[in-house]
Amino acid sequence: MKTANIFSALAVAIMLTAGGGVAAQNATEVDAEKELERYRAMINDPMANPGYLAVDRGEALWELKRGTKNVSLQGCDLGEGPGKLEGAYARLPRYFKDADRVMDLEQRLLWCMEHQQGLDTADVIKRRFSGPGRASDMEDLVAFIANKSNGMKFEPQLKHPKEQEVAAAGEAMFFRRSAIMDFSCATCHAEEGKRIRLQGLPELFKPGEQARQTMGSWPTYRVSQSALRTMQHRLWDCYRQMRMPVPEYASDGITALTMYLTKSAAGGEINVPSIKR
Amino acid sequence: MKSKLCIAALLVAFTSLPAFAQQSAKIDPAVVERYVKSAFPKVPEGWQSRVDQDETQRVCTQYHNEPPKAEFDKILAREKAAVVYPADGKVIGNWKEGQKVAQNGRGGQFSDPPGTVSGGNCYGCHQLSGTEVSFGTLGPSLRSYGKDRKFDPAEAKLTYAKIYNSNSVLPCSNMPRFGYHKVLTEQQIKDAVAYLFDPESPVNK
Repeated sequence: MKTANIFSALAVAIMLTAGGGVAAQNATEVDAEKELERYRAMINDPMANPGYLAVDRGEALWELKRGTKNVSLQGCDLGEGPGKLEGAYARLPRYFKDADRVMDLEQRLLWCMEHQQGLDTADVIKRRFSGPGRASDMEDLVAFIANKSNGMKFEPQLKHPKEQEVAAAGEAMFFRRSAIMDFSCATCHAEEGKRIRLQGLPELFKPGEQARQTMGSWPTYRVSQSALRTMQHRLWDCYRQMRMPVPEYASDGITALTMYLTKSAAGGEINVPSIKR
Repeated sequence: MKSKLCIAALLVAFTSLPAFAQQSAKIDPAVVERYVKSAFPKVPEGWQSRVDQDETQRVCTQYHNEPPKAEFDKILAREKAAVVYPADGKVIGNWKEGQKVAQNGRGGQFSDPPGTVSGGNCYGCHQLSGTEVSFGTLGPSLRSYGKDRKFDPAEAKLTYAKIYNSNSVLPCSNMPRFGYHKVLTEQQIKDAVAYLFDPESPVNK
């Protein structure tokens, strides 16, 4: 029933977006945007957002004993101390001394699985993105952990020289043009108020409200994909549209971009999982 | 003294203006490439050239798409030389086929099945026909494009070059080089030109 409501509301929103003659176009756009805003507010409710199912599954996975050492992830240090989840997502990616590396949440979770649980992560990585009949431990864990930073603000960690290098590399990658369309991230995300077809594009190349809102609303439940998605998936999809090869999951390059975007989102409030188209 | 200070301030302002890239954190390009390599460690055969940059992409990246005059001129000369015009000199094809090119945003993605016909996805960034309300705004509106240019054949030829290789007209343009990268065929580019220049095309209605 709830799902049916969501879909009928979405159908109305889509009709409003697509409707209207050319003359009334601007007015229609404004109305549609208002209607979409109302729709977003309406579904931004933990009881109506299927993303919260992922949060619950993630909690169970966090407590699940597995791997050769048969321990849970509760001893995993996400930067705030072993097992401390509150505020961890607000301060990731960050430098970890034990790994001598800057890691985002996904990289850190994989590190804990391998080093603390003795878990072979090949299967976990294979299921990095969920699909019909295929749950993703990573999506569920990220939803659960990120949710523990709700109401907190992003505090990008940039004191360590390696953190500074990662942020600078991410910024350079944001502007790096390549592939058969000559695109960079900046091609679509360096100017305010632009869109592809009717899809609005957030301006992400400098600190500001759009960067804060964007980063503060991932992970998110994507209605069109019936799945909880994390920033890893969003960037995977951007590179797909840029006609680049499949980016490596939980790689230093993706973490660099995430660090740069988190830097632009400094001070932005986290409210996740959100729900998006 | 005061005027000297003003001149000094002006000099600082002017010398820092084109160097937008200088606002960014300093990082060795070789280090950046290591991060890029980590994101794309293994690529399908024939795809490495998508990860590596050609000279134009490299220079446009370095200057955040605002190259200094000398680099601007070098790109312009190199990309102009890379435009291949139709052998028969005819740059205008079939506008109905061109409309398909303009509407189609598929092709070239790692998720596309082999043999997928690539489109130009013109509507992703431009307004064209007056009846299509789903258009993007990253590029300028192209409503009445041919009509506004009095259907001048020289303008049509320039438009062919622009679609084939946007950088041959404007170095570091945001627009892809559709012919240069073989995203679109010669025939598709001619059809796209027709969509812009045929008096019967909805673009000019």
